[in-house]
Amino acid sequence: MARKKVVKYSRSRALLWTVAKYLAVVLIAVIPLIPIWIMILWLFMQSFSSKVIMGIVPAGLTLNNWRFLWAPLKMGLKEYPNIWPITFNTLALALGVSGLVVFVSVLGGYALSRMEFKGRTALMEFIIALHAFPSIILLIALFVILNKLGLYGKGFMTLVGIMLIKAGLEIPMATWIIKGFFDAIPWDIEWAALVDGCSRWRAWRSVILPQVLPGIGAISIFSFLSGWSEFILVFTYVKNEAYYTLPVLIYYMIGEYKFIDWGLLSALGLFFTIPTLIFFSTSQKLLLRIYVGGIKR
Amino acid sequence: MVKVTLKNITKVFGKVVAVNNLNLEVRDGEFVALLGPSGCGKTTTLLMIAGIYRPTKGRIYFDDEDVTFLPPKDRNIGMVFQSYALYPHMTVYDNIAFPLKLKKVPKNEIDKKVREIAKLLRIDNLLNRKPAQLSGGQQQRVALGRALAKEPDVLLLDEPLSNLDAKLRVLMRAELKRLQKELKITTIYVTHDQVEAMSMADRIAVMNAGRLQQYAEPEKLYNKPANIFVAGFIGNPPMNFIDGTVYSKNGRFFFDSGEFTIELSKEIGEIVTSKASEVVMGFRPEHVKISLSGQPNSVEGLVYVVEPLGRDVVVNVKIGSIVVKILASPDLNLEPGQKIWLVFDQRRLHFFDKKSGLSLLV
Repeated sequence: MARKKVVKYSRSRALLWTVAKYLAVVLIAVIPLIPIWIMILWLFMQSFSSKVIMGIVPAGLTLNNWRFLWAPLKMGLKEYPNIWPITFNTLALALGVSGLVVFVSVLGGYALSRMEFKGRTALMEFIIALHAFPSIILLIALFVILNKLGLYGKGFMTLVGIMLIKAGLEIPMATWIIKGFFDAIPWDIEWAALVDGCSRWRAWRSVILPQVLPGIGAISIFSFLSGWSEFILVFTYVKNEAYYTLPVLIYYMIGEYKFIDWGLLSALGLFFTIPTLIFFSTSQKLLLRIYVGGIKR
Repeated sequence: MVKVTLKNITKVFGKVVAVNNLNLEVRDGEFVALLGPSGCGKTTTLLMIAGIYRPTKGRIYFDDEDVTFLPPKDRNIGMVFQSYALYPHMTVYDNIAFPLKLKKVPKNEIDKKVREIAKLLRIDNLLNRKPAQLSGGQQQRVALGRALAKEPDVLLLDEPLSNLDAKLRVLMRAELKRLQKELKITTIYVTHDQVEAMSMADRIAVMNAGRLQQYAEPEKLYNKPANIFVAGFIGNPPMNFIDGTVYSKNGRFFFDSGEFTIELSKEIGEIVTSKASEVVMGFRPEHVKISLSGQPNSVEGLVYVVEPLGRDVVVNVKIGSIVVKILASPDLNLEPGQKIWLVFDQRRLHFFDKKSGLSLLV
């Protein structure tokens, strides 16, 4: 009898303990997310309503905040260029950065991972040291270089110059990341490809590269996002409004006047995140497609 | 099919000599095993034949063609790796078809060949799977299929059975041997498992510390090992070794271990004493008889431990301070501490020079 009671007691205690554990996890995981959710909710609600109560309760549905999609942006007396060319500029910059970064770091990462050459370790350390310099402290030197290359004040070519700078800043880290993915591929698989009749180049292309796709997905997302949201370089070097990018445009929506149209700003902000979300959701599959097996360890 | 010849092959990695002046000839259509403990240079040798490593010194010939500096893709070899090294992003079908695609074989021929190979290896129901969805045995057969698909001149196998479970390994051993005899491909097989080498190969090259120890048929390795290393490596349980001296007295020959003395037959005694006096005597556990009563020219000992193996028992016998392993029938019902006598089969005794380790009888 007494024994049964003890069992029951310890069982309910275990249940209590489990509940407490879950509660703790939920508290720790969810509470820090609440402010972020509120911010996103605010952004969303603000952009579709003419007025909001308490910041997040909409009152009056309107598309007026999204007027920039079909009409030029007017702020007081100043008229900014249409949103679409600016979106195109931003996309071009982001895709350009992403393409350059993937191209260079996939080749470089393979070489650092697989090939023996003098100064390999020193080079790897040097590369990581490069990452320590943020673009803001390089602004003046970069300006001189851009100017000498004839890329300053040349319209779209200035954006190409910024693309090069941004890619240059992103490549070290991306090379390191992708090197790790190459490191994880066993030599056996590369050798098998060589024995099967591949040249080294063909083995790299047909056998090695498909296995680092998740890594390529990762670095292309990171570099795309960093190009998409690049602000300081464009803000500093691009003086022609026709070649602004979205972050700079958003900045001017806040920066120039005391009066801020919050509805317009939040709609612009939401618009700014759309391509990011699309890019992320498509390449996420790539990220998750990590191959297992094929070799027996 | 080709004959493979290695001439004075040396491979050095930094300061480590992985393979030291290796000479080896593999006949056309022959099945040769490279046998040795891990780190003996056997896989390095295989990778040099494949063209992945370039020898530091020496030459490799396929028939009369010098292939030493030929890249792997131009050697027409098939290789199965210990890890199988299947391409994880390709299906089984694509894995097997890959070497043919690289050879620019027409599509319908590739299809025919892949299905033929898959049928031969009984993986034709797996063609649409990815390697990760296969068991170890299936992966192994896919790897073999990929190596065979392009009809290689030389088939290189790097411990292909070591990742399989014991039962499957015994099965695949026979299967591989049959396949090799059927296709008559010159095959070089790397293994550290002497049973695999003994049961499959036409000839075995035993390697240790980068050097070739002996290259001979399996039964010759077993009956006439060239040195202590080969004698100890081939056979399970391994050969017993006892240090001692040989001498002749009044025209009779004796071996004295310090713990016991036995008389040697005249023919053996004459050869051994003429070559050395400090020797190591070797005898296999299966070549000694256990007697329960004293016999002439036998050695007295005590049963130390009995290890039952089912069909036989391994009896550890203590002779003074020496422990030797003897294979005996379980019917003897030996008990630890029991007094027994060992009777040696004189024709099955081996003698090695203590200094060089070389056999004195070969």
